[in-house]
Amino acid sequence: MSSTASTGWVIALTPPEWRRWLLTDTPQSRWQARAGRAYLGWAAFARNPLAMLGLLIVLVLIGMAIFAPLITSYSPVVSGDTVADRFLPPGGDHWLGTDGHSWDIWSRIVYGSRTSLLIIFMVAITAAPVGIIIGTTAGYLGGWIDTALMRLTDTFLALPKLVLALAFAAALGAGMENLILAIAITSWPPYARIARAETLTVRNTDYIAAAQMSGASSLRILIGHIMPMCLPSLIVRVTLDMAGIILTAAGLGFLGLGVPLPQPEWGSMVADGRSDILNQWWVCTYPGIAIFIVSLGFNLMGDGLRDVLDPREQ
Amino acid sequence: MNDNMPMVEVKNLDVTFDTGRHRVRALAGVSFAIAPGESFGLVGESGSGKTTVLRVLAGLIRQWNGGITVAGKPLTPDRDKDAKRAIQMVFQDPYGSLHPKHTVDRILAEPLQIHGIGDIENRMKDTLEQVQLGAAFRFRYPHQLSGGQRQRVAIARALILRPKLLLLDEPTSALDVSIQAEVLNLLAKLRHELDLTYILVSHDLAVVAQLCHRLAIMRTGEIVETADSEKLAKGELTHPYSRQLLTASKGFDRAAIAAFTDL
Amino acid sequence: MTQPILEVEKLNIRFHSASGTNHVVRDVSFTLGREKLAIVGESGSGKSQTARAILGLTPGQVSAQKLAFDGQSLLGLSNAEWRKIRGRRITMVMQDPKYSLNPVMRIGDQLLEAAARKGSRAALKTRALEMLQAVKIRDPERVFRAFPHELSGGMGQRVMIAMMLVTEPELLIADEPTSALDVTVRLQVLAILDDLVKTRDMGLIFISHDLNLVSTFCDRVLVMYAGQILEELDAKHLQDAKHPYTRGLLACTPNLENPVAVLPTLQRDPSWMAPVDR
Ligand SMILES: Nc1ncnc2c1ncn2[C@@H]1O[C@H](COP(=O)(O)OP(=O)(O)OP(=O)(O)O)[C@@H](O)[C@H]1O
Ligand SMILES: Nc1ncnc2c1ncn2[C@@H]1O[C@H](COP(=O)(O)OP(=O)(O)OP(=O)(O)O)[C@@H](O)[C@H]1O
Ligand SMILES: [Mg+2]
Ligand SMILES: [Mg+2]
Repeated sequence: MSSTASTGWVIALTPPEWRRWLLTDTPQSRWQARAGRAYLGWAAFARNPLAMLGLLIVLVLIGMAIFAPLITSYSPVVSGDTVADRFLPPGGDHWLGTDGHSWDIWSRIVYGSRTSLLIIFMVAITAAPVGIIIGTTAGYLGGWIDTALMRLTDTFLALPKLVLALAFAAALGAGMENLILAIAITSWPPYARIARAETLTVRNTDYIAAAQMSGASSLRILIGHIMPMCLPSLIVRVTLDMAGIILTAAGLGFLGLGVPLPQPEWGSMVADGRSDILNQWWVCTYPGIAIFIVSLGFNLMGDGLRDVLDPREQ
Repeated sequence: MNDNMPMVEVKNLDVTFDTGRHRVRALAGVSFAIAPGESFGLVGESGSGKTTVLRVLAGLIRQWNGGITVAGKPLTPDRDKDAKRAIQMVFQDPYGSLHPKHTVDRILAEPLQIHGIGDIENRMKDTLEQVQLGAAFRFRYPHQLSGGQRQRVAIARALILRPKLLLLDEPTSALDVSIQAEVLNLLAKLRHELDLTYILVSHDLAVVAQLCHRLAIMRTGEIVETADSEKLAKGELTHPYSRQLLTASKGFDRAAIAAFTDL
Repeated sequence: MTQPILEVEKLNIRFHSASGTNHVVRDVSFTLGREKLAIVGESGSGKSQTARAILGLTPGQVSAQKLAFDGQSLLGLSNAEWRKIRGRRITMVMQDPKYSLNPVMRIGDQLLEAAARKGSRAALKTRALEMLQAVKIRDPERVFRAFPHELSGGMGQRVMIAMMLVTEPELLIADEPTSALDVTVRLQVLAILDDLVKTRDMGLIFISHDLNLVSTFCDRVLVMYAGQILEELDAKHLQDAKHPYTRGLLACTPNLENPVAVLPTLQRDPSWMAPVDR
């Protein structure tokens, strides 16, 4: 390949070129307009170092979950020698040590990130849509529909998360599905309230009146006009809630009502090590640190998102 | 259409808002008729019901009494898509009437999709040309537009369904004089080219004189006087409230203000 | 001469964003006594940002050689110090009533919140109702209990002005406060402001697009273009302005007595921009 060709290729990709494309005042397509807007949001987010730290933590968590087999040398569920490999202190082959089942703690933390992410993901994709649909419908249609839906929301809001989860676990048995269900059912009501509040501020605006005048159906207005206005505050709230979800899951795991053994889960790992905390401190300390760091990461990221998406609330 | 048939005829229009404790009679027997192609001004006291008249015609207020015919057809509170299409509105505030998360493209395309009109590309190009916005504006978001550009997008959204009647609620009061001049020139040109009928609400008597053939003056839900624009320009309005408006539009003058009475 | 209420020297406002720096107010200087000062200029010329900078409310980056209210510098005030000034000694009527009023709160509650003073709720309510009456609202009781969307555009604007009146400021910044009012009520509301300037020695900054109104209501006029003050005039002599920009703005204004077929629009000239030092 000639050197000129390769320089030409490099120049085409230098920052000013693509930045100009993204930031142009005259986008040539829907796609470019959207990309430009996303880029501006990203640039504002990236200027906040704490938010970037949060994002980094979340990305590392996701990386850990995806590449778990590559970054661990032991299986999280197959124990080593029950005598020789029990309660090994950090260092050597087991660099975070082993626990009472002779499981490698590093492996269990890494595989445990899959459990945490799965729980977060499942809760987010069930609770957030339910919340936004109920909240915007109640806020936009008003009247008795509003009253009925908000009564329902308040009922669910009154249920404490842990108690409901305990009830589920008692009735249906401990397990991942019940854990997710319990958390999701107690998570949507705040989302519905946020979405409704947001809807009330936009339902009387001229742009909604203009949409009504052009013949748009209520469904179209809800989905195309009102939900986009509710999304930013909802995304922020869901991100901030992720830390809470992890802690709830860990709490239930700690009480023995979460994910059953031998599946790795950080909360039950802490619980597992609590009786040996003085002699074998590493067994509960490391998963505890993991919970702390990840909660912090989601909180920092949520704060950063709020500044970008929802600047009023500063 | 019959030449003598009015484009809009409103008879004894009555609107009462009920907000629980208080009942507001916003319109108390308003009647007027507008010929096809005419431009009709509505001026009057703030809170006198001008916007309410427009919102009833636009179908945004469903509860009213009285008779309204548009192009000979009686208008009912529940109307079909075609009836909705024939009447479009431009709102007072160009900052609040465009969805902040929609591009100009989407704002203009959506009405066409709702009415199942194909040929979106050409219509959009024509309409943007009509309001003198180049294709460069098509994929911008409202926050990337100036007030005057936004108002032109709002006019384009109203025009894209090819309505017969355009309702303009103080379309230039949020704009500076230079942009106001652009928008007024544009509206005059479009009415001519597209054979539109206008109802224009404005507080600026000079704007009404510039754009309208006739005007009605409203106070507390009633029309107190109807006149043509020549009379307005010559200062020949007769009702005392109209005369007060004429005085007030000359500028700030303590003596004149002291003489104002609550007629 | 008594001390001016407000002194502004070389005020600059910049917005930094991913797409570069936007210098929206450039070396603006003026002083304000107990008088009515108008700021006019086309849209985007920096009128509102200048006004907001005085209250420390612009989201942009502010720098100035001097920005002093009643002898006290407004640069680098703490939040606690701002609270003593904002909404008490200096208040602002924002340009857009629809955005400035909380859409889900009753008007009365917003008025009482703005008053934010000690006294019984009943006394405050009486005062708030008086203020609504002062701005010529016909049924203050109803408006007191109404939500913003139940009001007409002009009523919303008058509520904003009433909200300012309950606070009794020393400096009032009014950003197009009367654009949605009919001409009669507009003059009556301006008469109230005029009284405050004359009897309570209030200073008024009045931002407007209406040159005719400004020339009859205010004492002095600042003409802004692209973030700069192009000229400063006696309000009475606004019609005889020399600068082509001001003349252009005057020419765009429709005339009640002799409407023309096509209104002239502004032809801008880049040479109007003076170079900025630094
Ligand atoms: N949704 C509503 N609920 C209750 N009252 C309302 C509603 N909309 C309007 N009103 C009342 O109806 C009356 C007329 O309002 P309208 O908006 O038609 O006035 P307007 O003539 O357009 O005034 P402006 O010039 O100030 O815009 C006002 O008293 C207003 O408070
Ligand atoms: N938050 C912001 N970020 C970036 N630029 C801004 C922001 N707010 C205002 N500007 C820019 O500052 C400039 C001055 O705006 P300003 O609101 O002071 O204009 P104005 O003279 O009040 O106009 P109008 O008559 O339309 O109200 C404009 O070019 C505007 O685009
Ligand atoms: Mg109105
Ligand atoms: Mg402004």
